Amino acid sequence: MDNSEGYAIELCGIVKRFPGVVANDGIDLKVCRGEIHCLLGENGAGKTTLMRVLYGLYRPEEGKIILNGQQVHMTSPRAALNHHVGMVHQHFRLVPTLSVEENIVLGLDEGTGPFVNFRKTREKISSIANEYGLSVDLQTKVWQLAVGQQQRVEILKALYREVDILIMDEPTSVLTPQEVDQLFSTLRTLVDDGLTIIFITHKLDEVMRVSDRVTVLRKGKVVSTLPTAETDKPALARLMVGREVIFRLEKSPLKQREKILEMNDLHALNDRGLPALRGVSFDLFGGEILGVAGVSGNGQYELAEVLTGLRKSTKGRVFLAKKEVTNCSAREMNDLNVAHIPAERIRMGIVPALSIRENLILKKYRRPPFSYREFLDNKEIEENARRAMSDYQIAAPSYETPVKLLSGGNIQKVILARELSENPNLIVAVHPTYGLDIGATEQVRQILLAQRERGAATLLISEDLEEIMTLSDRILVIFNGEVMGILDAESAEIEEIGLMMAGTRHKGEEL
Amino acid sequence: MKRRVGFKVERRPVASGRVVFFVSLLAIFAALVVAGIFFRIYGVSPIHAYQLILRGSLGSRFGLTETVRRVIPLLLCGVGLTIAFRALFWNIGAEGQLLMGAVAAAGVALFSGLPGPLLLPAMFIGGFIGGATWGLIPAILKVMLGLNDVITTLMMNYIAIYFVEWLIHGPWKGPTARGFAYTDTFPRAAWLPTIYGTRIHWPTLVLGLVLAVVMYIMVTRTRIGFEIRVIGENPDAARFAGISQLKTTLIVMLISGGFAGLAGVGEVAGIHMRLLGPTNISMGYGYTAIIVAWLARRNPLAVIVTSLLFGVIMTGGDVIKVSLGLPFQLINVFNGLILFFLIGSEILLRYKISFLLRR
Repeated sequence: MDNSEGYAIELCGIVKRFPGVVANDGIDLKVCRGEIHCLLGENGAGKTTLMRVLYGLYRPEEGKIILNGQQVHMTSPRAALNHHVGMVHQHFRLVPTLSVEENIVLGLDEGTGPFVNFRKTREKISSIANEYGLSVDLQTKVWQLAVGQQQRVEILKALYREVDILIMDEPTSVLTPQEVDQLFSTLRTLVDDGLTIIFITHKLDEVMRVSDRVTVLRKGKVVSTLPTAETDKPALARLMVGREVIFRLEKSPLKQREKILEMNDLHALNDRGLPALRGVSFDLFGGEILGVAGVSGNGQYELAEVLTGLRKSTKGRVFLAKKEVTNCSAREMNDLNVAHIPAERIRMGIVPALSIRENLILKKYRRPPFSYREFLDNKEIEENARRAMSDYQIAAPSYETPVKLLSGGNIQKVILARELSENPNLIVAVHPTYGLDIGATEQVRQILLAQRERGAATLLISEDLEEIMTLSDRILVIFNGEVMGILDAESAEIEEIGLMMAGTRHKGEEL
Repeated sequence: MKRRVGFKVERRPVASGRVVFFVSLLAIFAALVVAGIFFRIYGVSPIHAYQLILRGSLGSRFGLTETVRRVIPLLLCGVGLTIAFRALFWNIGAEGQLLMGAVAAAGVALFSGLPGPLLLPAMFIGGFIGGATWGLIPAILKVMLGLNDVITTLMMNYIAIYFVEWLIHGPWKGPTARGFAYTDTFPRAAWLPTIYGTRIHWPTLVLGLVLAVVMYIMVTRTRIGFEIRVIGENPDAARFAGISQLKTTLIVMLISGGFAGLAGVGEVAGIHMRLLGPTNISMGYGYTAIIVAWLARRNPLAVIVTSLLFGVIMTGGDVIKVSLGLPFQLINVFNGLILFFLIGSEILLRYKISFLLRR
């Protein structure tokens, strides 16, 4: 362990190719022992690929991995764990039906023969949990936990395996501001205790707040490695994107127009049959963006589903342009020109194996000009695809390309082109820029603002508070299926929104 | 210097038509090789056996007609199954649906008392309804109650088999059958015309070919075809787009079950002219058609080719029994091997494996 340079990890000349792309193009990365090292880059910059190489999920074509001065071969995640490297994935690797402690010991030989000695493991887990303030009930089933708690289980899982190096892949994307604070202080404690942490992100604030040093990746190459204290957000953004980035969007003043959507005392159940919405009421006007802020799982998805006809409400009424639309089907809402940009774009928004051409008519195939009687008009469908691809700058070899081959940004543009081409009255947008890189995010936001300008009413549901603050005219905060209050976006404070997201009702009614 | 052979696995973005074709050929070839081991065990040269099978099933007039006769039910069931499989409805029940089509046709032929010219059309309609009903029951159970379609369709086969057994031993047992377990012979007006001197009931063959073309057009050019593909590729997106899973699944199983029912009509009205034991009616066409549809990669037009291939294989069973004195069940081994390698080869459609010579 007498490594004079003090590097916990040295990656030298890592090359990893996928068909058609070089994800890592000769990457050198040095991480000091006991630091939080941020890996910053847009989507597709190669951050996750690089970490999967380090964690033994991918075998690189070239390059070597040196841990504490010793070259190692990461042939599998098990090998990585044997070298005390752990990873918390962006999408957690937990078994929802098992309890917390079962998840933690899963895959390890604890106890004798086929039996697990839970008394012993429980002690060890509790002592780790206490040491780092990671409290979570060990007997609870994982599916019953909130996302933030699930993440704690993932961290516990890694600590239980006695890792020295912990890779966190975009850990904040699902957390509330308060949970993020908690996570960051946990990470600090871990580092103070001698752990080394690699923190993958594309959010500049997080880099500034949490890291000691930062390495910026762009298009599979290292652009720069800097001490965080010697840089700032604009400089990092420039390194990451390769050009200047506009942080503020130009927004015209709000013109009050007619009421498009009215929701009165709406109640609905979630998939488990428990109340998800408990008396939600609000109005939404043309030319306005109403942001819905809330921690994941407080009813905002059910709200989006009720509005788009995918979920039945149990009580309450909904009016669209003064016409009652309570419990209309998805097809009826679609025919009433309601656009839906779904949260899980690949699971719901597209049919991955079908072409761009076919995905663009997913909701319109029943109507002229795309079909007459029972037959599809392929000429019109092709023409529509050609138009959409140029209007929305969808980058693809041809409209026959299966959508699954496109990047996240282009997939989202296919969805936007389909949903917005008929000038919808109401747009329900859920996480419209989630997981997109800065360039694509900017484009998507401009598209939404253009719709606002045209007079569409937009309900914007997002867990990215910054996005809600930038785009919205008003902000509705939802907690436990109830509206905590509606704030004017101009004057809203992020701390206040944070408190309301945690269940404090807004004092005094605005608007 | 020592040479090492390495290989590299890469994800294939989309498998082209050519890749699919060659991978399918490879699967069949692999099945031929492994089946060859069994011929060896019996002391027969596999090459010799395959030559005999080819000659026996395609090389003589009798062999050819026997092959075509088997192509008919495979074609009808196979085309229907491509539609079900496209919608991700795993219909393992074509066998039972075929039998129920046969039962319905026999019922019309024996008991309806319809005048001659109306009898055959009524039998086809009845057979379609019989097979479709048997297919719709699991469809409703799946959509309404979430029951597993593989299990329900499979179990419905046994109900159909024992229902036929009961009919021919019980209420429908023919007074003129001299104690044998089958119904009376159908009236002449209920016999399908055959090509002279063969057992090829050509109206059913023509029907199968026409339906293959119609289904191809339906899948590629119509709204319902689009809905079926969307449901099959991504049920969540279908829900999102307002496509009714109930309606689409019912239509799919109406087609799939109905076509198998038509195959049943052909067997009783074109070959046997009566309802008889379930294994005599079908010889497992409904199960073999699963492989036929899968080998066609769920393309209804390609079923015309793959059903011919399996017609050859099934006739080959007779050939090896007569010419080589081997059990014809060897053919089932062969069928199983083809499906095994076919499903195994799917990985080659998703990944490209290239061999490298390293020094």
